[in-house]
Amino acid sequence: METTLSLAETGHYALVLAFALSVACSIIPVVGWRRGDARLMQMASPVALAQFALIGISFAALTYAYVVSDFSLKNVWENSHTDKPLIYKISGVWGNHEGSMLLWVLTLAIFAASVPLFGKHLPRDLKALVIAVQSWILLAFVGFILFTSNPFDRLQPAPPQGNDLNPLLQDLGLAIHPPLLYIGYVGFSMTFAFAVAALMIGRVDQAWARWVRPWTLAAWMFLTIGISMGSYWAYYELGWGGWWFWDPVENASLMPWLAGTALLHSAIVVEKRAGLRIWTILLAIMTFALSLLGTFLVRSGVLTSVHTFATDPGRGLVILGILVFFIAGSLALFVWRADSIQSKGLFSPISREGGLVLNNIFLSAVTGTVLIGTLYPLLYESLTGQKISVGPPFFNLTAVPLFLPLLIAMPLGPFLTWKRSDAWAVSTRMFGVLLLSAAIALGIYLWRGGSLAPLGMMIGFWLLLGSLWEPFWRSKAGRAPLGETVRRLGNLPRSMWGGALGHAGMGITTIGIVATTAWSVETIETMRPSDVVQVQHYELRYETVERVIGPNYIDDIVRFTATMADGNSFALEPAKRFYPNRNEPTTEAAIETLGFSQAYVSLGDVDVTGDGTATVRAYWRPWTTLIWYGTIVMFVGGFLSLMDRRLRIGIPQMAKRRGPQAMPEPAQ
Amino acid sequence: MRLLLVIAMMFAASPVWALNPDERLADPVLEERARVLSKELRCLVCQNQSIDDSDADLARDLRVVVRERLTEGDTNAQVLDYLVARYGEWVLLKPRLGLHTMLLWVLPGLLLVGAIILGRGLFRAKADETVAVELSDDERQALDRLKG
Repeated sequence: METTLSLAETGHYALVLAFALSVACSIIPVVGWRRGDARLMQMASPVALAQFALIGISFAALTYAYVVSDFSLKNVWENSHTDKPLIYKISGVWGNHEGSMLLWVLTLAIFAASVPLFGKHLPRDLKALVIAVQSWILLAFVGFILFTSNPFDRLQPAPPQGNDLNPLLQDLGLAIHPPLLYIGYVGFSMTFAFAVAALMIGRVDQAWARWVRPWTLAAWMFLTIGISMGSYWAYYELGWGGWWFWDPVENASLMPWLAGTALLHSAIVVEKRAGLRIWTILLAIMTFALSLLGTFLVRSGVLTSVHTFATDPGRGLVILGILVFFIAGSLALFVWRADSIQSKGLFSPISREGGLVLNNIFLSAVTGTVLIGTLYPLLYESLTGQKISVGPPFFNLTAVPLFLPLLIAMPLGPFLTWKRSDAWAVSTRMFGVLLLSAAIALGIYLWRGGSLAPLGMMIGFWLLLGSLWEPFWRSKAGRAPLGETVRRLGNLPRSMWGGALGHAGMGITTIGIVATTAWSVETIETMRPSDVVQVQHYELRYETVERVIGPNYIDDIVRFTATMADGNSFALEPAKRFYPNRNEPTTEAAIETLGFSQAYVSLGDVDVTGDGTATVRAYWRPWTTLIWYGTIVMFVGGFLSLMDRRLRIGIPQMAKRRGPQAMPEPAQ
Repeated sequence: MRLLLVIAMMFAASPVWALNPDERLADPVLEERARVLSKELRCLVCQNQSIDDSDADLARDLRVVVRERLTEGDTNAQVLDYLVARYGEWVLLKPRLGLHTMLLWVLPGLLLVGAIILGRGLFRAKADETVAVELSDDERQALDRLKG
């Protein structure tokens, strides 16, 4: 035990050192910038790297304590158990309040360190200030960990066994989803730091936008995939097949995503047309503010939800203080300094800029609506002492209709030209896509009937086909010989494919949502061995029931055979899982994916010792996987965009030297 | 808060399932109405679940109450009124429109209107100038470069 003892102390000590460094790095580069002292500014880069190394050591020490089950650490004792599989010992590090804050801070340190690592060509003042702003955030949160949520607190004497991790969190999906979400959340701190630094310096140019775009894009990509994984986790783990609940914790991650999506688009105007600068700065601030708000909502315990492990109001107040400081501070700076930033670029309403403004109008309204719906019950209760609920029906009536115009307008945007565009010409370009999606809707109406489902499908296919049509139209598909179209397709910049795929992914997700919502079939039955029920496309037969002992749980498994109409049959083996260490059950749904659709079975009560009577919930969920495949396509789109030559590391500086006109818009 | 957790744990230790087959009504029309209503009612001891989704005992009780009221001929609104009278408005996942929720229901619309006005301002300020488009600095520089 001697070695582990000292390792945990090393981790604690490293965190204290990182705190001290962040104090220095918060002040010295700013002083250097005020005085024009290059040496003081240059200290920011090595300190950013050192902060990262120290927090890395700290995180590694805590992870080690989890791996070797060092229960002399209170945090490990509360959330781990020797029987737990290794992967969940590791994910247990962030499956609790203290550890997850440490992961948050580690992610932040990684981003701060990537400024000196990748930003060799950044202007010196911008680089120093960006790192300084990152250090302010680091200072606040490392301080928060050290003073209110220290994961290295000791227990004396060390208990022989731990309390185990919340069983809901002992799942591969949930093990990976927080790090992904955090890369997204915290990634927006990069954009925030660039915005604050730009306000201080009073300079926002296209080179600035070229720097900010890749970081926004990277954060957005990981947030997209993180939200998607969280949604899939809820779908299979919570056991009733829902994939989005408008839970405050989900909203907490959706709001930065919506604002980040708006930011991604307005930054295009800054980069390409030097317009919307002030708005983009404000959006960068708001996006990170919403990330901080998300951290506050989830970490402070103001919500009672699966994700809220902290129930200590003292901590909540500290995070609230941090939140208010950064939001109010940056907004004050914005009000004070916004005049120093000039926006350029003239455009008419029907233009690429106009389309991007429209995108921002609706995305802002949706973000604001989700924000109101999430905060209203909290504010209402704190003002009146009475509780009201704002649940899914509210959001379905407000946020969803506000999002619809975006879906409809989305494929049109990329066809618009900069400055001014011809609405009629754009319409004619999309006429074929409109006809095709209307034909699909008609086909669906004739096949399944209904009114909302065909309409929803029409929007989904319009979005999917319209987005994919853009690169082909640019390559003169149908207007030039095939060979030339293929050649032109190959020559399109990756960012164009990225945009097209990003939009197409949204179309795929829309189609999945419409199909699942409209055509899902649910059957709830009490079944005994050899009972058979018909669930639309498949026949479900109860075979046997069995109790199986796992590493740290007990499974009551019911084995079913499902047979499709075409004779194809497969096994479905859902389980009721019980974790004796925590005295908590979970539902392990059985899912069989057939094409894009899924057969989904989960269990209620199972009388495993008696005659095997079980409450069975069986679903047929048509095209449901498209919901998540769409987000993967969006991720790939973001990745392609990130790989674009224009955004690659080092390019911005060169592009700046050659002048912005060196990158003409293709095919216009 | 802590009390809620303790209660939740108690229910967790003796799991019951969301909507059990034995709760269902024989009349499919009434049952369908009950399902629709259940999705709009909060399980009071759960985190953010409707009684239709929840496996807590209290959610089961509410599901049974909803079905009892419906069988006795209550309208959907009467069922909701009955539950609000007993448990307060917290039981409704869709908050009622009233003075106290005016802001909640009106703000999304106001936000959109405000955003549109802001966005239009952006065009209008520039509208006159778009007729005779001026060269931006970047473009002028590019032109100079082309001229040599």
